Amino acid sequence: MNLITSQLAFAYSPEREILSSVTLSLGPGDVMFILGANGTGKTTLVECMSGLRLPLRGSVTIDGQNLYQLSVRTRAQNIGLVPQMHEPVFAFTVEQTVLMGRAPHLGLFGRPSRQDHHVVGEVIEAVGIQHLRHRAYTKISGGERQLALIARGLAQGAQCLFMDEPVAHLDPHHQHDVMSVVRQLADEGFSFVVTSHLPNHALLYGDWVAFLTDGRADVQGTPGTTITEQTLKVAYDMDFEIVEGSTGSRAVLPRLYRNPNPMTW
Amino acid sequence: MIRKDRSVPWILVLLPVSAFILALFLGRYGIHILDTVRVLLGLDGPSDVFRALILRVRLPRVLAAACVGANLAVVGAAFQGLFRNPLVDSRILGVSSGAAFGAALALLFTSQGMIVQTSAFIFALVAIALVMLVGVRFGSSTLVLVIGGILVGALFNSLLGLIKYVADPLSTLPAITYWLLGSLNATQWSDLPPLLTITGVGLPFFALLRWRLNLLTVSDTEAMAMGIRVRLIRTVIVAVGTLLVAASVALAGTIGWIGLVIPHVARVWVGPDYGRLIPASAALGAATLILLDTLARTAMPSEIPLGVLTGLIGVPAFFILFLRFLRTRGEAQ
Repeated sequence: MNLITSQLAFAYSPEREILSSVTLSLGPGDVMFILGANGTGKTTLVECMSGLRLPLRGSVTIDGQNLYQLSVRTRAQNIGLVPQMHEPVFAFTVEQTVLMGRAPHLGLFGRPSRQDHHVVGEVIEAVGIQHLRHRAYTKISGGERQLALIARGLAQGAQCLFMDEPVAHLDPHHQHDVMSVVRQLADEGFSFVVTSHLPNHALLYGDWVAFLTDGRADVQGTPGTTITEQTLKVAYDMDFEIVEGSTGSRAVLPRLYRNPNPMTW
Repeated sequence: MIRKDRSVPWILVLLPVSAFILALFLGRYGIHILDTVRVLLGLDGPSDVFRALILRVRLPRVLAAACVGANLAVVGAAFQGLFRNPLVDSRILGVSSGAAFGAALALLFTSQGMIVQTSAFIFALVAIALVMLVGVRFGSSTLVLVIGGILVGALFNSLLGLIKYVADPLSTLPAITYWLLGSLNATQWSDLPPLLTITGVGLPFFALLRWRLNLLTVSDTEAMAMGIRVRLIRTVIVAVGTLLVAASVALAGTIGWIGLVIPHVARVWVGPDYGRLIPASAALGAATLILLDTLARTAMPSEIPLGVLTGLIGVPAFFILFLRFLRTRGEAQ
C-alpha cells in the first residue's frame, strides 16, 4: 500500500499551527520512524495521517484515493492504530481484544462469525502470541499487550499500522520483541509508521526516518544518512555523538560534558 | 478453537422463568404451584378467586419487576462499558433524579398513579435532554457527559428538596418519601403499557447491538480507528438506555444497586464480553428483582420498600465482589 501525505497542516487553535506542512510518503513493507521533541505534534500527525483528525490543509492519499473521503469502515479496513499503552478497565481475553479488530467487517448489529474467529487465530499466530490467546489482556506484560494490539490492527485487515510510541515503558528485551515482530511483518509487506523517542530504534529497525520540527518534516530519509549529530542537535537542542559498534551497527549517544578526569580537581 | 459454554443459554431462560413462577405462587394467599401453572396455561381447575389473584394482582407486578430488573441491569452494564468505569450505574446521567423530581412534583397535586408515572418519565427525559445539551455544546466526551449528569442530578435533587420542604408533612410528604424508596406495590395492568412497550423496543436494541458495546470500552481514538462512529453510537445508547431507565423508574421509583451489582455478578459468571454479558445481565436482573420483590411483599406483615431491600442485599453483595476484585489484583489477602 502507498500512503502519501502532502503539505499536511493542523491547528488546535487558530493562533498556532502545530503542523504547518508535512510531506511524507510510505510504500509497502516500509517502516518509517517519526522522531521529534515532546510537543512537536507526533501524535497529532499520526492521528491526521490515519484519518482520525481532519487536517486544516493538505492531503493524505492511500493508493491514490483521498483518505478523508473513505467511509470510516473502509478506512479501518486499510489503516490500523496501535495506541500507547493503556490499562483496560475490563478483563477481556487476548482473543476477545483482537476480535474487536473485526468490527469494520461486521454490520452494526453483527457478531463475529466462525470466519472472524479464524482470522483472529491467524493474526494471533502471526505475531507469535498463540500461547496467550485465552489469557486476560489485563494479566499479560506490556510487550505482549503491544503484540496483541498489533494483531488487532491486522485483524482489521489493515495494510498500514500506525504505532504511537509502542515501546515506551518496555525493557530492552521486550522492546526488541515488539520491534522484531514489526520488522518481520514489514518483510511480509505491511507498512508501519512509528513515533518514537529512540533514534537508535530508527537506526536498528527503520527503513525511513523523519524529524518533526516546527510543524514540518523537512529532514527525512534513510536512518543511516539522516540521523547525524547535526540533525539530532536541531531536533532535540542537545549535543549527541554517533558511535560505531564492532558489528558495523551505529548508535546515538548523548554527549556529556563531564570533567574528563575527576580525580584531579 | 472456540470455547463455548453451552450451559449458559439454558440457565439464561430457566432462571427468570422459575423466579417468575415462584413469585406468582408465593404470597399472602397460598396457592398450589400446580394451580399457578394451570392458571398460566389457561387450564380449568383453580377457582376464580385464585385466577383473579394471579392474573390481576400478582402477574402485572411480577412482569413489572422482571422488566425493571432487566432494564436497570442491562443499562448499568452498557453504561459501565460506555463510561469505561465499573462503578457507574444507570443513575450516572441524572435520569433518576429527574424522575424523582417529576414524581414528587406530581404527588404535590395528585396521588393518581398514571399522572405520577407520566410526570416522572417526562422529567427523566428533561434531565437527559439537559445533559445532552451540555454534551453537544462541549463535544460529547464521556467526561463531559459525566459532569453534565452530576450537575443535572444535583440540580434536580435540590429541586426535590424544595418540594419536600413545601409538601404537606401529614399526607404528601410520606407519599413522596414512599415513592422515593421504590416499590412495585399496587402495580396494575393499566400501569404497564408504557414500561412493556419501551422494554420491548429497548432490550432487543441492546441485544442486537451487544457485541459492538465491547468496542466502546476502549478509548475513543482506538474505537474510531476500528471504524466505529463513537459519538453517534454513544448518543444512541445513552438515548435508548435513558428511555429504559426512565420507564422503569417512573413505575417503580428509584431502585438502586441492581444496575451496579448485577452486571458485576454477570461478569463473574460469563466474562466481560458484551455478547454474553448483556443477555446474562438481563436474565440475572429480571430474576433478582422478581425474587426481591417477592421477598418485599411476603417477608413481613407489611410490605418492605423494594428500594430498601435492593440496598440491603446489594451493599453486601457489592462488598463481596469488591473483595474478590482486590484479591485477583493481589491487593488483599
